[in-house]
Amino acid sequence: MARFTPKVVTANALIEGDVIYLTADDRWTRLHHEAELIEDEAHAQLRLLHAMAQKSVAVGAYLADAKAGPNGPEPTHFREVFRTRGPSNYFLGKQAELV
Amino acid sequence: MYSYSEFDEAFVRTRVAQFTHQVERRIDGSLTEEEFRPLRLMNGLYLQLHAYMLRVAIPYGTLNPRQMRQLAHIAQTWDKGYGHFTTRQNIQFNWPKLSDVPKMLSALADVGMHAIQTSGNCVRNVTADHFAAAAADEIEDPRPYAELLRQWSTDHPEFQFLPRKFKIAITGAAQDRAVTAAHDIGLRIVKNDAGETGFQVLVGGGLGRTPMVAMTVRDFLPVEDLLPYVEAVLSVYNTLGRRDNKYKARIKITLHETGKEEITRMIEARFAELRPLFGGNDQALLADIRAAFAPPAFRNAPVEAYDAFYKADPVFRAWADTNLAKHRNDQYAIVTISLKAHGQTPGDATADQMRVMADLAERYGHNELRVSHEQNVILPHVHKSDLPAVHAALMQAGLGTANVGLISDIIACPGMDYCALATARAIPVAQEIATRFDALKLEHDVGPLKIKISGCINACGHHHVGHIGILGLDRAGVENYQITLGGDGTEDAVIGERAGPGFAYDEIVPAIERIVLAYLDLREGPEETFLQAYRRVGLPPFKAALYPGEGNRDAA
Ligand code: HEM
Ligand code: SF4
Repeated sequence: MARFTPKVVTANALIEGDVIYLTADDRWTRLHHEAELIEDEAHAQLRLLHAMAQKSVAVGAYLADAKAGPNGPEPTHFREVFRTRGPSNYFLGKQAELV
Repeated sequence: MYSYSEFDEAFVRTRVAQFTHQVERRIDGSLTEEEFRPLRLMNGLYLQLHAYMLRVAIPYGTLNPRQMRQLAHIAQTWDKGYGHFTTRQNIQFNWPKLSDVPKMLSALADVGMHAIQTSGNCVRNVTADHFAAAAADEIEDPRPYAELLRQWSTDHPEFQFLPRKFKIAITGAAQDRAVTAAHDIGLRIVKNDAGETGFQVLVGGGLGRTPMVAMTVRDFLPVEDLLPYVEAVLSVYNTLGRRDNKYKARIKITLHETGKEEITRMIEARFAELRPLFGGNDQALLADIRAAFAPPAFRNAPVEAYDAFYKADPVFRAWADTNLAKHRNDQYAIVTISLKAHGQTPGDATADQMRVMADLAERYGHNELRVSHEQNVILPHVHKSDLPAVHAALMQAGLGTANVGLISDIIACPGMDYCALATARAIPVAQEIATRFDALKLEHDVGPLKIKISGCINACGHHHVGHIGILGLDRAGVENYQITLGGDGTEDAVIGERAGPGFAYDEIVPAIERIVLAYLDLREGPEETFLQAYRRVGLPPFKAALYPGEGNRDAA
């Protein structure tokens, strides 16, 4: 059986539309490295359901591939890398707000 | 210029009020996202990668200074100080908060603007030649017809749930600047042998994953038959169009699957039924609309100052040579303001720049502005004696780039910097190509060349009709760019040919450079444009330049 690729639960915030991640203690964070790194498929589905139930906070929740890093989970796909930063044509979005 | 009727005003205000409540109910939890999504899309509100995006219609690309200033105000108050003009003559705001959108829509309504039918499976913003009513090669101003179509299609009960989105473009000139052949319906104003004005009607064009050039279903449609005929096309499509498969739902597929003969027969049959039902009200309305599009009171004044300035100032001359087009009035010129400063984002304007453009339109441009599908802004009527002043003001605002129609006048969709559907970035590729050719100082030598870039197969950046088209894809988790060559969006529309395997992000700019250098080597002279050269020699020499070494391998 193929090994499960670790995941984080991510979505967009209802009001701002900003990218958010689900933490292990059931908060939503704007920082990827604070997300819960989920290493088990069944648990991932449960966490996703939990996220999808929070209709007034999070929009379009899904599971995104991630890997463990020195400061917490890191994105693996370039799309998810961009989502942690913001657009490349202007210094706007997370990259500007989280410094 | 045309102003909205009381009916339009009331309709737009009612919609803003409804949407305001819908947003409140979404925020307080009474509406789920599944319930809210179609409602927000009906009002032009998308959720993208990093934020919401509000898409505002600019019908047939025409704006007055007040509207442009209001866009600046909106950008500054509820967004991050800029807006993105798109290939569909819309403007997109990339950072609104959900709770602010009702205020933005209300501010738009104050100047007769809205975001209705900028999304969803309905008739979208009708686009038109951005040089309308100014171009020297025009038979008639297409915008009164576009406005008639807008009024007729807005909230049309039969056409709110079409199988898929539906795009109409119209031009009144021989030179097709509205890419009519890439639309669901393309209308070209023509004269018949008797000297009467009518439309050549094209159906079934479209880009996206299955690009197709439209087919002509009527060579000559009398002007007064426009609405019944367009309604007949939509009605046939509404019945036949496939709702089972999103990728086969556009009318281009319907046309392909049904056959041109059969679909033409069905359209004509439906038209015969519909025509008697149009009792002439549409023609009365058209007459009113036409009156509102009366040409401005052109000035009659000497143009010697322009000629002298042109001779004396090389910077002005370079700009005049690329950014001015021939106006039907000899004393006037059409000014294209480039939103493509080298290294900047194609189509973006800051709030301050919007205000400068509004001021110039007011002072020197008979209060008119246009947005082109090539993501530039146009002052359609400027007296030649005012051009030095206009140019100086544009230079000060960072809007004086002399590159219209050249290699750095690139169309690029938002791509993965904003768009949730993207498979790769488009904007930085455009920025780097422009910067590179500016550094090489080759741009003016290369001459007319249209590069168009899309960040996924949906082709919002028109890459299929770029002389050089670039499509960004995701190949096994890495950005990869496919090149097409020889595309053309004019009256001789052609879909570009794929050049071969794609290139990595850091290889794409050098690859484009190899193509352009190959062109400079093989052209018969500076008067042979890239597209003409491509048509003469075809793909092989460009392929050899793109993939050096491969030919040798084949030979070995
Ligand atoms: C939220 C951002 C956007 C989304 C979700 C989106 C979605 C799409 C989709 C799904 C298609 C393919 C339609 C089909 O093949 O049936 C498409 C086509 C197109 N879009 Fe976009 N688009 C977006 C932004 C834009 C922008 C910014 C522009 C203008 C620069 C644009 C202009 C077009 C054009 C010209 C086409 C191709 C013509 C055709 O409909 O065949 N879109 N878009
Ligand atoms: S072409 Fe793709 S990436 Fe570009 S705007 Fe359209 S949907 Fe988004």
